[in-house]
Amino acid sequence: MQTDETVETTDPVEIDRRTFLKQSLGVLALAAVAGGCSFDTEEFLRKRFKELNPEELKEVLARLETQYKERYSKSITVGTEGPLPNTVFGYGLDLSRCVGCRRCAYACAKENNCSRDPQIQWIRVLQLSKEKGVDLVDADPYYDPPTVPDPDHFYMPVACHQCENAPCVKVCPVKATWQESDGIVVIDYNWCIGCRCCMAACPYGARRFNWAEPQVPADEINTDTHYLGNRPRMKGVVEKCTFCIQRTREGRYPACVEICPVGARKFGNMLDPESEIRKIMHEKRVFILKEELGTHPRFFYFYAT
Amino acid sequence: MGFVRFVLQSARLTLRGGAVYWMWVLSLLALIAWGAVAYVDQFRTGLVLSGMRDSVSWGFYIGNFTFLVGVAAAAVMLVIPAYIYNWKPIKEVAILGELLAISAVVMCILFVAVDMGRPDRFWHVIPFIGVLNFPHSLLAWDTLVLNLYLMLNVAIVGYLLYCSYYGKHYNERLVGPLVLFSIPLAVSIHTVTAFIYNGMPARPFWNASILAPRFLCSAFCSGPAILILLFQILRRTTRLKISDEAIWKVAELMAYAMFLNLFLLGAEVFKEYYSGTEHLVHMQYLFTGVHGSNSLVLYAWIAIICSIVAFVLFLVPGTRKNFFTMNLGCLLIYSGVYIEKGIGLVIPGFTPSVLGEIYEYAPTMTEVRVGAAVFSVGFLVFTLLCKVAVPILTGEFTAATARSGPVGAQVGHGTAN
Repeated sequence: MQTDETVETTDPVEIDRRTFLKQSLGVLALAAVAGGCSFDTEEFLRKRFKELNPEELKEVLARLETQYKERYSKSITVGTEGPLPNTVFGYGLDLSRCVGCRRCAYACAKENNCSRDPQIQWIRVLQLSKEKGVDLVDADPYYDPPTVPDPDHFYMPVACHQCENAPCVKVCPVKATWQESDGIVVIDYNWCIGCRCCMAACPYGARRFNWAEPQVPADEINTDTHYLGNRPRMKGVVEKCTFCIQRTREGRYPACVEICPVGARKFGNMLDPESEIRKIMHEKRVFILKEELGTHPRFFYFYAT
Repeated sequence: MGFVRFVLQSARLTLRGGAVYWMWVLSLLALIAWGAVAYVDQFRTGLVLSGMRDSVSWGFYIGNFTFLVGVAAAAVMLVIPAYIYNWKPIKEVAILGELLAISAVVMCILFVAVDMGRPDRFWHVIPFIGVLNFPHSLLAWDTLVLNLYLMLNVAIVGYLLYCSYYGKHYNERLVGPLVLFSIPLAVSIHTVTAFIYNGMPARPFWNASILAPRFLCSAFCSGPAILILLFQILRRTTRLKISDEAIWKVAELMAYAMFLNLFLLGAEVFKEYYSGTEHLVHMQYLFTGVHGSNSLVLYAWIAIICSIVAFVLFLVPGTRKNFFTMNLGCLLIYSGVYIEKGIGLVIPGFTPSVLGEIYEYAPTMTEVRVGAAVFSVGFLVFTLLCKVAVPILTGEFTAATARSGPVGAQVGHGTAN
């Protein structure tokens, strides 16, 4: 049995409460100062894009442009063009024409300031065998024959389908990704918390994560950017194809459509009855990937010939 | 204020302990430091330091999170006999289940935090301050129910211990409803977590209705395993009295859960293999490997064998009541469920990817270190909570005796953890 002893004098491990508290606060204060040097308060507190009023938005854009100037020594403009009226974009992909050259993937990466190291490409081109058809289980995105197209194979590029019933939008815990009225599913890179639930939910593998700080050489930067599109991103956030929002909202084609040397890529406003995409949907037998999942993509594959 | 004094005295109590106690605490602190350094690296460089990539975008951290939500829910295994059936042998120790729940939820929150690409933006999930995508996002639901469960358990435990400390009788009408509410809440935290996976049609391995029931069964067989081991440690090293009856009852309940766990697994296996659709490839990756990629196969079979052996040990009354075989069974079922519900759930969901790509994930040293740190934080929280709770339960640590010293010295020498 223990004898009656006062804790104060006999227990060597006793710490005086006041001293302990003082020491902890001291350490915390030091940490705050040390950490505070590289802490961007405005960025930390910035609201979600849709909640910024015009004043705040102007300030944010100005700050961004200054930061980009510092980093890349170039004047980068960050636009916030809204959706065009009466516009819902649709995309057509002619599988009978695609030759698997991957120029689209490279043009996209360049246009959209995708990181070169780690390498991020929004477009993934799958090599499929003619024998098996569209059977994703045997798809090969790392094909490397001496020349393309390989005679026994055909090629299927996949990027974000901007689904009408997008599972990625549904699962995001902070509404960092949403669908705009022109159909484009966008991401507010400064609101994304990097949980990657959207990546798990996407049936098409369309989303990419910045596992490290993205690196884009300053001389290759595309200076014409959109806040929700191709502006340079940061580590720890998700990104994906936005149908080149910075181009299409100005009435231009996405970079992939322009560069395709064989005309496999078609793009337009589905609400315009005269658009190419509408004609294709009427006249060609278009199909979508994984239809049974109910995502209602706006990306239609077909065989023109 | 009385409550503040109670908290401060409790804090002081945690600083008094014998050699074994301090060795345990210091090793936990060392592991925490070892992992914290790795985390700082990860925070600065990015999650590229993990083994995760675009194809397998969740891994070790989320696997552990999923497993630990189950452990947190398992407190209900004690609460139901104690408060619904008013079974005395367990009623006295039900609080230990709640302490385990608190520690487990703390670990869950930490695992989510270390997995986030932008933990500095954590405030975005706080309702009204940030933007919480409720009710559409299951992650939003999980954020709410996990925090609610944590706060509820902290409130119940804090209140009960506070009352005991001051020798007051607790208000049954306040605690009763809270404790009863913790039962459906415990079930819901694990159901919501299951729904996060369940609700993704993109991932056929997870998109099965059976996932939520499976989660609950595996939780109820693995979580109480820790409690059984803990009860034995505590009654050896402190004055806490826990009857064999109580331990055997928990083991018996676990046996039922183990059976259901194996049955539901069997149901899943049948469905995939017999139907033979393309979705089978995920289960094949897990159990037999696909196209030469088979890094999970060994672990998958270890998990199955552990679960089956544990079930047999717990099924047979002789081995269930024999403490050696029972403890062996506890370790086996814990390991089996840990693998099955952690890596064995997350990785096959992503492999092959939605476009047929196979990336063989393996956790990196960074993930192992950070994971060890998080587990150590959980064990430390549990240790400190027990350090305070057990002497209060045995009546050694009360307001009356706190100032005069003997409690600290007695408890310190006696308590192994």
